[in-house]
Amino acid sequence: MRSKASPVSDRSKGQAGWGLKSAAWFGVLYLNLPILFIILYGFTTDDASYSFPPPGLTTQWFAVTWARADFWEALWLSVQVAFASMLIAMVLGTFAAAAMYRFKFFGKEAVTLLILLPIALPGIVTGISLRSAFSLGDVPFSYFTIVLGHATFCIVVVYNNAIARLRRSSPALIEASMDLGADTFQTFRHVILPNLATALLAGGMLAFALSFDEIIVTTFTAGQQETLPIWMFGELSRPRQRPVTNVAAIFVMIITFVPILAAYYLTRDTDDVAGSGK
Amino acid sequence: MTTTGAARPRSLSNSFSTFLYQRPRLVLALLLVPPLLWLGIIYLGSLFTLLAQSFFSIDDFTAQTIYEPTLATYARLFTATNLSIIFRTLAMASVVTVISGIIAFPLAYYIARFASGRMKALFYVAVMLPLWSNYLVRVYAWKLILAKEGAIHWSINSLGLGPVLDWILTLPVVEGSSLSTSYIGTTLTFVYIWLPFMVLPIQAALERVPRSLLEASSDLGARPNETFRKVIFPLAIPGIAAGSIFTFSLTLGDYIIPQLIGSSRPFIGQAVYQFQGTAGDIPMAAAFAMVPIVIMAIYLAIAKRLGAFDAL
Repeated sequence: MRSKASPVSDRSKGQAGWGLKSAAWFGVLYLNLPILFIILYGFTTDDASYSFPPPGLTTQWFAVTWARADFWEALWLSVQVAFASMLIAMVLGTFAAAAMYRFKFFGKEAVTLLILLPIALPGIVTGISLRSAFSLGDVPFSYFTIVLGHATFCIVVVYNNAIARLRRSSPALIEASMDLGADTFQTFRHVILPNLATALLAGGMLAFALSFDEIIVTTFTAGQQETLPIWMFGELSRPRQRPVTNVAAIFVMIITFVPILAAYYLTRDTDDVAGSGK
Repeated sequence: MTTTGAARPRSLSNSFSTFLYQRPRLVLALLLVPPLLWLGIIYLGSLFTLLAQSFFSIDDFTAQTIYEPTLATYARLFTATNLSIIFRTLAMASVVTVISGIIAFPLAYYIARFASGRMKALFYVAVMLPLWSNYLVRVYAWKLILAKEGAIHWSINSLGLGPVLDWILTLPVVEGSSLSTSYIGTTLTFVYIWLPFMVLPIQAALERVPRSLLEASSDLGARPNETFRKVIFPLAIPGIAAGSIFTFSLTLGDYIIPQLIGSSRPFIGQAVYQFQGTAGDIPMAAAFAMVPIVIMAIYLAIAKRLGAFDAL
């Protein structure tokens, strides 16, 4: 069946017309070119405006940024927040995914909606509701309130990754393990977990990146603390040393690209693992 | 060698496992309670606090919140100024959604139907990377590009088309001294930021169109054009609807982009931010935040009819 179908599908893939091709490439360039400007402007000698082409190139801004204590403080806070949010989201997201995959129960749709809601509603709604709740409850704004907010919208990322993998993995594997005499914990440790591990890791990394980049909810749940995006936002309105923001942006891109690419490679080839067909 | 389970010595973990196996409800509760507690208390709790706040009002003289249920804040919401903020935001969200759809469709169609192997992976990464990379950095990139002395103005001037651009910038709605202070700039940035959210669901919907359907269509004598209009496009509509949920909702609530790029006229997000921050009027901020929630509820109801939830 399969071998018969493949040559047909190859033929029907066909060639795209030049119109479609150029429209597709336009989309890709539109999505990816602007980032290059961030890098270019990190090297410009013009520190007060955005003149293009840059009047000259220099690497001095890397040294300037390196010497800024406030940059390092913001970076360190962001890393801590992202790590804590990632851990909380991994635990809660996995639990939710396991429950939703394994069981049918009353109100299941409502639970799905509840998990999705923090990213379905605009960030400003999440942000302001958390802020009004914290201030009503006299909770002082701190590192913990930032983590509380971030973990809430990170759960769904881990949940999505975990449940997608669970749905793709075959129940026959679990049944086989049980039939061969393994108990629930052994099955979990030797069959389910290895199958799920890369999806969880990928979900966790995406959660890390999501938290590391977040600015809207953070503005509302942080007190005096500055995460890296908030620090950058402040820098943007300062007239001097503009390229410092670009250098910080390059750092941020490197720090988030690594987990994102890792997540991509971890989940890439899992679509047709042997024996996992539905 | 004994093979029956009953004959084996039962370890603690083994008997606990059996205990759990016989009580699936308990397992369900153990798994579901922690995430539900978190989301229920922290998230839903906060949302309800917000809702409650919108029914309080603020004392004009002391600037203290009066904790008595009233509709006064909602009455203040529907002034001409606030309505124009809401209208402006809705218009921007609609324009951004339509343009995103127009740019996303061919890209998604190409990825789903024509690209294969390495090319497909390349395109996929090219869509995913911007989605996950830093939001503020990406907005900032457009501030650099759109600035008066930036790349777009420079290229257009080098082509000798400067006067054309200047003329466009004097048109009634777009008006601005440069692209980065006009609605054109705001729209371009919004579309750029939310585009991947539109591409992915459309691509997923197109991938699900079975090839046999297309073959049947052409066997029955449809030209490629007709197949596209009558088979492929209708099947992509749930994907477009799903994508539009994101582009619409995200534009409604954003306050960073219009603050950095565009005219000084505020959007809903900026109004909420100002009411809670500088004005210290939490009830008004809460009432304003209800606007995108209500609009999204209506929007989701429509999207559900178009089958968007099956395409998410």
